[in-house]
Amino acid sequence: MRRRLSVAPAALALAVASGCAVGPGGGAAADDGAGTTLTVYAAASLTATFEQIGQEFEATHDGVEVTLSFAGSSDLAAQIQEGAPADVFASADEANMAKVADDGLAGAGPVAFASNTLEIAVPAGNPAGIEDLDDLTGDGVNLVVCAPEVPCGAATQEVAAAGGVALAPVSEERSVTDVLAKVTTGEADAGLVYVTDVAGAGAAVEGIELPESSSAVNVYPIAPVAGSTHADLAQEFVDLVLAETGQSLLRDAGFAPAP
Amino acid sequence: MAAAPSRVGVPTWIFVPAVAGAVFVLLPLAAIVLRTPWGRFLDLLVSPASTEALLLSLRTSGTSTLLCILFGVPMAVVLARTSFRGQGILRSLVLLPLVLPPVVGGIALLYTFGRRGLLGEAFEVLGVQIAFSTTAVVLAQTFVALPFLVVSLEGSLRSAGQRYEVVAATLGASPTTVFRRVTLPLVLPGLVSGAVLAFARSLGEFGATITFAGSLQGVTRTLPLEIYLRRETDAQAAVALSLVLVMVAILVIGFARQGRTSL
Repeated sequence: MRRRLSVAPAALALAVASGCAVGPGGGAAADDGAGTTLTVYAAASLTATFEQIGQEFEATHDGVEVTLSFAGSSDLAAQIQEGAPADVFASADEANMAKVADDGLAGAGPVAFASNTLEIAVPAGNPAGIEDLDDLTGDGVNLVVCAPEVPCGAATQEVAAAGGVALAPVSEERSVTDVLAKVTTGEADAGLVYVTDVAGAGAAVEGIELPESSSAVNVYPIAPVAGSTHADLAQEFVDLVLAETGQSLLRDAGFAPAP
Repeated sequence: MAAAPSRVGVPTWIFVPAVAGAVFVLLPLAAIVLRTPWGRFLDLLVSPASTEALLLSLRTSGTSTLLCILFGVPMAVVLARTSFRGQGILRSLVLLPLVLPPVVGGIALLYTFGRRGLLGEAFEVLGVQIAFSTTAVVLAQTFVALPFLVVSLEGSLRSAGQRYEVVAATLGASPTTVFRRVTLPLVLPGLVSGAVLAFARSLGEFGATITFAGSLQGVTRTLPLEIYLRRETDAQAAVALSLVLVMVAILVIGFARQGRTSL
């Protein structure tokens, strides 16, 4: 019988090791009684901008704390559909906002507040000498793109079609941040990411503008979530994003205005 | 098997948390079964993306299990049968992937075998690119699965003791003969359960693979990665594929139990 015991530590470790699966934070922090917490669900590409907008909002609203939850738009939409306590939803594409709106969960109706287009990202120094879309199909070029199933991958396909090239990526990632990571580490010679991703990545990557990208403009909609207990505050947050304060911060991050 | 020891009863109250724990483990499995789109189940399974992902998973997990046996058995023997300075520390370090978040393992592998990694340039010179290849998937799986085999086998080696090995040696058997004819047969059940654990861990590997190997159908997109991607557009398909992994896992455990009782 002793032999069986020997498996126990390994089995226990198995449980520990696999316990770190993907788990969204989900619930917002509880109100501490005195203050009010406004929970904003925003697409991952909005992280830096919305943190600043959140601070602006807190500065002008005494006793209000803005809690931000960043993830892929489809994850956020799924969480809101399953009843997550979000007050505001800012999506990186119209399809995921439509999912939430179709369930009657987008309060006052979504408003477009920014747009984003694709760009070629290459590691600093551009080791593979990429200059345009055609170069991405060259022999020995490690190209990484988003999978067609996700919004940035759908945009990639449209851009490739517009440029009349057949891309042969070595990897199709699930998120644009995964694509960017492959480029910043130098594993990939080139990746197709959003203009804002290149702007936010600093010196590790260089961006190459894509004339073809105008055929796939990604529009970002925002809406207060229906059933929010802070409907007024949620609307005020949306207004701040649409006002000059929010728009100038978005411009700084590389976003183009909403069409 | 020897006569069972006379049983000492367990306190009745202990069944309450025990059952609660079992329900906690089994309920999510039931939830997957309930959410599975049975009408489309077969169609989803035979789609090229699914079958390629499943076959890739089985192929890479099989390969990494073989690598685990190849390197893990000698490691376990050295840890269990010898003693040297710093052995305790070495054991802890070697077993580190057991408790390391897989994504950290993926980053570590990236900085070792990646194009700009420690060994990356050497491979580049040889014309070998590991990044974005099936080899990268196998490396990631072996990295996370190896400690499972080592821990399991080292435990078996220690509890088996050295009595028979000593006798064989005094009868004139060389160390290699002792290892082959006495040690290995003695710990075979431990080796089997260790290998099964390593296979199961390889099959479920996600974090290190997505960080290090990338994701391309038929090359690096194993079943867990396919499930993760499929959730984006077709949640039902993701559930169906999850159920496949659950069934494979149940088969693996069943096989391990079979192996242990028959050996």
